[in-house]
Amino acid sequence: MTVVFYIAGAVALISTLLVITRRNTIHALLLLVISLLAVAVVFYTLGAPFVAALEVIVYAGAIVVLFLFTVMLLNVGRLAEGDEPGRLRGVHFLAPGILAGTLLVLLAIAIASGPSAQVGARAVGPTEVGAALYGPYAIGVELASTLLLAALIGARHLGQRQREAGFADAVSLAATPATTGPAGEPPAELAPVGAPTAGDETPPDAPGGDEPAPAEPSVRFWRKDGD
Amino acid sequence: MAHVPFEYGLYLAAALFLIGLVGVLVRRNLIFVLASIEIMLNAAGLAFVVAGSRWGHADGQIMFIFILSMAAAEVAVGLALALLFRRAFGSLDVDAASRMRG
Repeated sequence: MTVVFYIAGAVALISTLLVITRRNTIHALLLLVISLLAVAVVFYTLGAPFVAALEVIVYAGAIVVLFLFTVMLLNVGRLAEGDEPGRLRGVHFLAPGILAGTLLVLLAIAIASGPSAQVGARAVGPTEVGAALYGPYAIGVELASTLLLAALIGARHLGQRQREAGFADAVSLAATPATTGPAGEPPAELAPVGAPTAGDETPPDAPGGDEPAPAEPSVRFWRKDGD
Repeated sequence: MAHVPFEYGLYLAAALFLIGLVGVLVRRNLIFVLASIEIMLNAAGLAFVVAGSRWGHADGQIMFIFILSMAAAEVAVGLALALLFRRAFGSLDVDAASRMRG
């Protein structure tokens, strides 16, 4: 089992290094799955089988799948490659690499200066973890459930199409050139009542044609004609 | 059971954390930034599990469970924000949001 620890650790390090250097998002996420599975093997060799199972189920099974669904929703297959023009040359890794290497040396010195010990003397199974989790750590479980509920509500709020003024308007205005006028006005006020198509271009014989037609914001969060 | 020195697990956790840190610093794609944050949280959990395993207690694993739930909450909100970001700016480049107006 000792050699399994070293092999799994090496796999975790290599695959994590590959994750942050890929251009293709899907490849990076699949390598992230490999990295998380390797860390799960490390957990198992350290005598934490319950946490190893959780790592596989929750991290590799749920969180990365959530990433993959988002990538599918965003359709970033080709976008991701043009997303970071010239970002992934080696020179861009130089300064952060030096900083991280320095920090790693400092951490290694700090870790090595402590007393040494063997790890994994005995396995701590799910029974022990569950007894502690619902015993002295029960308040932590309550707090975690509250956090998950807050994240659920927050994600649902952010994910819905926003029709009223709010965060979407602020971001939409920020993404629009400043000369386009009020972008948050509903189109029903721009065109006269009875205009055939409200929301697209103003008709050329519109009575209110003297004022400039407000340009559509370049990016919109919602369909103004309702869907 | 593996019989490895306790420090090696901490070295692995530190290296994974710093790889995630480099990812956050270098990458500009929002999906990659979120994935790097996940790597860092996972490395922190690994350090907790190693420390708990060194003393033979369950507390390290319990801290990992809390980190896991926190990471799940964070990634749910972060990916919802990524969807909004893509709709607002048309790309996932976080430099597109470097100007704060409005």
